[in-house]
Amino acid sequence: MTGHDKGCHLPITRRELLLAGASSTVVATGAVAGTAAASPSSATPADVPMAQVTLAVNGRTHTLALDTRTTLLDALREHLQLTGTKKGCDHGQCGACTVIVDGRRINSCLTLAVMHPGAKVTTIEGLGTPANLHPLQEAFIKHDGYQCGYCTPGQICSAVGMLDELARGVPSHVTADLVAKPLLSIDELRERMSGNICRCGAYSNIVEAITEVADGGAA
Amino acid sequence: MKPFTYERASTPAQAAAAVARQAGAKFIAGGTNLLDLMKLQIETPSHLVDVNGLGLDKIEPTADGGLRIGALVRNTDLAADERVRRDYAVLSRAVLAGASGQLRNKATTAGNLLQRTRCSYFYDTNQPCNKRKPGSGCSAIGGYSRQLAVIGTSPACIATYPGDMAVAMRVLDATIETVRPDGHARTIPIADFHKLPDGTPQVENALEPGELITGVALPAPVGGTHVYRKVRDRASYAFALVSVAAIVQKDGSGRVALGGVAPKPWRSADAEAELPGGAKAVTGRLLAGAQPTAENAFKLTLAERTLAAVLSQARA
Repeated sequence: MTGHDKGCHLPITRRELLLAGASSTVVATGAVAGTAAASPSSATPADVPMAQVTLAVNGRTHTLALDTRTTLLDALREHLQLTGTKKGCDHGQCGACTVIVDGRRINSCLTLAVMHPGAKVTTIEGLGTPANLHPLQEAFIKHDGYQCGYCTPGQICSAVGMLDELARGVPSHVTADLVAKPLLSIDELRERMSGNICRCGAYSNIVEAITEVADGGAA
Repeated sequence: MKPFTYERASTPAQAAAAVARQAGAKFIAGGTNLLDLMKLQIETPSHLVDVNGLGLDKIEPTADGGLRIGALVRNTDLAADERVRRDYAVLSRAVLAGASGQLRNKATTAGNLLQRTRCSYFYDTNQPCNKRKPGSGCSAIGGYSRQLAVIGTSPACIATYPGDMAVAMRVLDATIETVRPDGHARTIPIADFHKLPDGTPQVENALEPGELITGVALPAPVGGTHVYRKVRDRASYAFALVSVAAIVQKDGSGRVALGGVAPKPWRSADAEAELPGGAKAVTGRLLAGAQPTAENAFKLTLAERTLAAVLSQARA
């Protein structure tokens, strides 16, 4: 959802199309089951354990009744329709699902939503808007830090968390002097971003985009 | 994932009692390993006791000059703690050598100790595995074994303990602190914490049902040069083929433990006595009696050479 959309003349966006599809699925399921509920959880059998959790996502508070098995990733995508956060491997290996929870980047696929009562969650939708991009979003566009774009929301959320870790002095595997404050270098950046896989291989441009923002350059 | 009920515990003893009370119950802390395994239905708990609210998230000095690391201290915070970086650098280095930034932000100290093997047959529910399904057989013996153990194995299992942090804790002589379901606390030296497979590879540690790790105590700092060197198939974010944790003193004495070669962090006093004689003497003793497969015999040479690199780095 960037400036690339400006040249698009389709009547609805891909997200609206997906949402429409999801809604009709729910309606269809509800009709078959003969129930009147209209949330995705209505498809859950009655005997499956549920739990309630309140999350503050991108500044908005939501209270959700969820199957206890619901990962934070699925809560964001399937229940709050925040589909910017991507499901890649669903096993914590690819980083596409990276979001920022209480100020820290984590894999949203490897944590349950019910484990985060009251948490502040920031997703790619909360970092910037098409009209007012986050500096890292702008830098990824400028440096062509993606090809297919699927890993990009995770890369950008991860980079936000990573730069904060660096600012807080968290060392990394490649930090030479463990007791000194670590400084950003290409090696540091690559090591610290190793939890985000880009199958298109846009790594060199991703490094340039993050480096520009870290250096405080105009994005 | 199989359906499960969920509760948040408010005290360590209450958490331990809650898990002991219900068959099929498990603790969940960071969840980075458990949820991965639950999605694959390798772990199928019917009830989860969330221990994240127990307040075991501090690193504090102990009366004898050491440090006590709370069970819920996240890997990032452990590695970044100033005292750990200064006095227990091998531990910082080991933690930073594992996983990714995102995982280290979530993964806990206790959970890291309890992480399960990454043997590909343990992960493949279509294959026999004595650890996953006791008595079903071991697919790794005679199968793909490049990543697996060369020593401490049994005819039932050749899986490795996969972690880095525990290897450093082994050279630091850490002690695991626990609370049992009856509310009584006890301590377990890390040397005795992880179990060899023998005939029961599903038993991986000394914890009793419902017993909860509350912290890890490190003795007072021992000085020396601390090195953790990990050899793996990628430069980052991969499990060890071989890793070496070492503390080397000026007089040439020291401590050495190996990761990636056995079902537990691998260390022996006999082998350490050989340190002045160099890497070959140490690994010759430490890995005596190894029974590698044709695919992982390279680990014996790799361990020796990695230790040689570590010793030359420590003495530089």
